[in-house]
Amino acid sequence: MQSTIQCNYAFNIPGIRYLLPDNSAQSPLPETISDELLIRAYQHMRLIRIFDQKAIALQRTGQLGTYPSCQGHEGVNTAIGLAMHPDDVFVPYYRDQATLNLRGVKLSEILRYWGGDERGSNYKNCPQDLPNCVPIATQFCHAAGIASAQKIKGNKQATVVTGGDGSTSKGDFLEALNLAGAWHLPLVLVVINNQWAISTPRKAQCNATTLAQKAIGAGIPGVVVDGDDFTAVYDQVHKALQRAYLGKGPTLIEAITYRLGDHTTADDATRYRAREEVENAWKTESVTRLLNYLKIRELWSEEREQQWRVTCKETVDVEVKDYLNTPPDKPTAMFEHLYETLPRAYLAQYEELAVSTREDL
Amino acid sequence: MNAIASTHITRPVTLVEAINLALAHEMQADETVVVLGEDVALNGGVFRATVDLRKQFGLKRVMDTPLAETLIAGMAVGMSVQGLKPVAEIQFMGFIYATMEQVISHAARMRNRTRGRLHCPLVLRAPFGGGIHAPEHHSESTEALFAHIPGIRVVIPSSPARAYGLLLASIRNPDPVIFLEPKRIYRAANQTVENAGQALPLDTCFTLQEGQHITLVSWGAMIQETLEAAQQLAEEGIECEVIDVATISPLDRETIICSVAKTGHCVIVHEAARECGVGAEIAATLAEHALTDLRAPVKRVTGYDTIMPYFKQESLYLPTTEKIIKAVKETLDYD
Repeated sequence: MQSTIQCNYAFNIPGIRYLLPDNSAQSPLPETISDELLIRAYQHMRLIRIFDQKAIALQRTGQLGTYPSCQGHEGVNTAIGLAMHPDDVFVPYYRDQATLNLRGVKLSEILRYWGGDERGSNYKNCPQDLPNCVPIATQFCHAAGIASAQKIKGNKQATVVTGGDGSTSKGDFLEALNLAGAWHLPLVLVVINNQWAISTPRKAQCNATTLAQKAIGAGIPGVVVDGDDFTAVYDQVHKALQRAYLGKGPTLIEAITYRLGDHTTADDATRYRAREEVENAWKTESVTRLLNYLKIRELWSEEREQQWRVTCKETVDVEVKDYLNTPPDKPTAMFEHLYETLPRAYLAQYEELAVSTREDL
Repeated sequence: MNAIASTHITRPVTLVEAINLALAHEMQADETVVVLGEDVALNGGVFRATVDLRKQFGLKRVMDTPLAETLIAGMAVGMSVQGLKPVAEIQFMGFIYATMEQVISHAARMRNRTRGRLHCPLVLRAPFGGGIHAPEHHSESTEALFAHIPGIRVVIPSSPARAYGLLLASIRNPDPVIFLEPKRIYRAANQTVENAGQALPLDTCFTLQEGQHITLVSWGAMIQETLEAAQQLAEEGIECEVIDVATISPLDRETIICSVAKTGHCVIVHEAARECGVGAEIAATLAEHALTDLRAPVKRVTGYDTIMPYFKQESLYLPTTEKIIKAVKETLDYD
């Protein structure tokens, strides 16, 4: 007689949305959402949208290096930035401008980084946060280490790490997710599913219905949120952080959004993406969705909108000026920050560079 | 084996016991030091390098990780930027390749990338090298892979005392260190080690014996064969200066150049494959800085540029005392 093992394979990944694409809202909104928060969020999302457009313009005019637009990510990243406590640690990938700025990274610093200057990662206002991570998914392992350190130290802090949909295909993501579950780490993993890993669409990335269900394999909660709905992302990140603070372990959040722009300024997404798909995504993206909701609720007016856009432009102009006026780093800085103390073995090379670049020669 | 960190004892220990002593000493002295890796806690490591540490320092500081090398290295990066000093074990160097993206793309450049805001004071330990009849992937000597990477250090001890002193120095070092342990000599000999927390300097070669006629440069397990060759050559009146490189990157070129200036001859001994090995870097250094002192071409005694054979034939691959003696005589006969 065949014996059986009792297994229950059923699992449920909740999908959460409050602000609907047609500008209406499911009521009530979560308790964590206040009118003031919505206004602040919208203002920041608009600022970052305007900043992003300026950054692309700077690249097109040869004043910035290759730049990854964050258009489409404003809702998710603003929600993460506003939900986090300053003492938490943020571990970004490379399209998290909206969160970085809320963490205290100046727009001029973001420009310095993409302008090819290492000083852009010397964050003055959030000294614990990690710099951009360009290799895919490696940052999830760093976040696991940081969350482990927080747990070892007994601090009531948490770590938030982000990555794209493509990053979930890498071992680094799965290794970190697995450990986070096994060790009950105070970690919030946010997969920003913008549908495209350069030219590879989400469906070609993974056959699972959701990316959040990868959490099931690690024995942790997974949730899908509408990444174009600020309120859903904010509430879920907030809840995940509370879980982490209470020692209840990690959460995986998949935020479904859309990369409205090219992968970077070096990419041409029209080669692999249908125009209609992009046009549709623009109809439901986060910045306009929140703006429309605020207008319906009479929390925001066309007049305030015009004023705010002027303010944003002025803010961005100041930051751009700061970036463009930054004197170049010392040539020898590449040696001076390589090790705490430059090994004797490299002193001759250091001298060679110093002498060849000395201004008074 | 008992790791005793609380008293400054002097006793003969093996190389692997010296590693354990250094870990225990530093964990006691500095509460930010943590140990992580596969099988390091409950089992004390497959070579017993971390034995008893869990008992002494608890689960929060001695952590058995899932079997995931990339994660171990990446976690060490994350822990180190948080002010901990992780000493992570990769069970065999043959499994270290999964860590290379983390080491090269993150650990090595965190300080530079953030202009000093964050840095990675981590140690990645791994047993390496052949000669213990291990399975495939367990015997290679691929230290040159890491030696090419700016921003890290690659340290290789060759005796219990140097293992103790160099590991202490590596843990105390504010930058990432790849600490490779020559497992063939883990238990080859006992040496008296004073467990007093005295570190040895990094970035410097150790001249193990002085001699007038030829400079022998080596590191790791091959120091044994090199010293044996020097002893046999001494019986024939050939005085060898023997240099243990110890920190293969950054390389202490000065000590080697000065020695060759004196002897005019040099043989480099390593068990790694020859092409693009660390021996090539030393030979190039001598060509650049000691050409007029050299009275014969620099010779290398190394493993072959082949896949490391499985253990039935590994003795054919590994340099031997006889091969070193032959190379020395050919070098001296040149002039």
